[in-house]
Amino acid sequence: MTEFCVALFYSNSHALRAEKLAKKAGFKVKVIPTPRHLSSDCGFALRCDEDDVPAIQGIMDGDSVEYDRIEKVG
Amino acid sequence: MIYFDNAATSWPKPEGVIEAMAAFSREVGANPGRAGHRMSVEAGRIVNDARDAVAELLHVNDPLRVVLGSNATEALNLAIFGLLGSGDHVVTSGMEHNSVMRPLRQLEAIGVELTVVECAADGSMDPYDVDAAIRQETRLVVLNHASNVVGTLLPVSDVGAICRENDALLLVDAAQTAGTHPVHMDDDNIDLIAFTGHKGMMGPQGTGGLVIGERVNIADLRPLKHGGTGSRSELEVQPDFLPDRYESGTMNTIGLAGLIAGIEYVLQKGVEAIREHESSLLARFIDGARTIPGATLYGPMDTARQTATTSLNIDGLSQSEAGLMLDEEHNIMSRVGLHCSPSAHRTLGTFPDGTVRFGFGLFNTAEEIDISLEALENMAEGARTSGGGR
Ligand SMILES: Cc1ncc(COP(=O)(O)O)c(C=O)c1O
Repeated sequence: MTEFCVALFYSNSHALRAEKLAKKAGFKVKVIPTPRHLSSDCGFALRCDEDDVPAIQGIMDGDSVEYDRIEKVG
Repeated sequence: MIYFDNAATSWPKPEGVIEAMAAFSREVGANPGRAGHRMSVEAGRIVNDARDAVAELLHVNDPLRVVLGSNATEALNLAIFGLLGSGDHVVTSGMEHNSVMRPLRQLEAIGVELTVVECAADGSMDPYDVDAAIRQETRLVVLNHASNVVGTLLPVSDVGAICRENDALLLVDAAQTAGTHPVHMDDDNIDLIAFTGHKGMMGPQGTGGLVIGERVNIADLRPLKHGGTGSRSELEVQPDFLPDRYESGTMNTIGLAGLIAGIEYVLQKGVEAIREHESSLLARFIDGARTIPGATLYGPMDTARQTATTSLNIDGLSQSEAGLMLDEEHNIMSRVGLHCSPSAHRTLGTFPDGTVRFGFGLFNTAEEIDISLEALENMAEGARTSGGGR
């Protein structure tokens, strides 16, 4: 069974930009409300497969997408 | 009806713009990025797609540097009031719109030094005059990319290079060029671009923004507005990152849905092709209007050196009389007066009466130009024979 991770962002614009770039590169990602226990932020987070994390991180770093951190979710 | 007021606002809009706005109202309608539910995410995507579309049109590498807002006026106010403070020096041209001149005159009152570089009688500018005006304390140069009165293009790229040599920033008012003439953030050495969505970008009124280049330290650019951004809600201070730092308050998302469709339409047609079409209309108009006895044309009257906006006066007719006759007797929409640009009219020698302005657009035709030339000829002849003086 695949494990999920969520990337946390400071800004919704950056979350949506990350989603667009990751989708364009063929990864299965989904914008979700940021889980309460991870942040007090009211914005969006990006859910992805754990296996894809390094590649997606690479995409975000290659663009100017700024993110807080990536957490594993149960 | 013949609409020649595209320099004020383009009309009509492509059908896709109207459809996109209707679809937003019916199907999306949520607040972008204030919640995590599906509809809100969709609205947030529209805002970001608008960023992407603007970035593509203006050749901006990083869409997150596109700050969206209401119009060019707001963007110019953000850049000018955000960057300048007492003791700073700023340079601008003698061809600016009041959306530049009024903020700058306001800042003069609080100790900002302003130099207005004179332009030639056709509105053109020598970039070396900007070089000569720059001092140690020069923070910013503000330039109108093309005149809203006579279309004259200013030498943005050369001035940008001069700014880079002198550690100053270049703010370009692209209200008249975005969508109708190439605007290129990097190639033109621009640091900040103010744009408005409702002219050449073919979007609805109430959309626009500021592109913030990498030479701008955003810590030095104060926001115009402070408030909710849907991000970092735990903080009671304004976020310090792009674009949120400058995007407080709920966006005009429905307008941005229309703007995306407008820009897509422009990109599909191609800016160069649009420019070619509009230039051919302008050339036809100038060729005809030049030969009308009693008509005086202003500006470069050269398609290579201007956009498809031009101005004229007719001997014996006041601007308001001419505008009313065009509207009521010939069904032609022009714009008369000072066009929010007293400074430009001083340069052109048409202050305080102003001119009759014709702003040709994407949807105008050669036939409409011919009809307007005939109307102008009749009006000029009528004024001559009635001997009416101003
Ligand atoms: C050169 C120029 N600058 C700025 C503006 C202001 O645009 P807006 O009214 O959309 O803010 C206009 C248009 O009116 C313009 O022509």
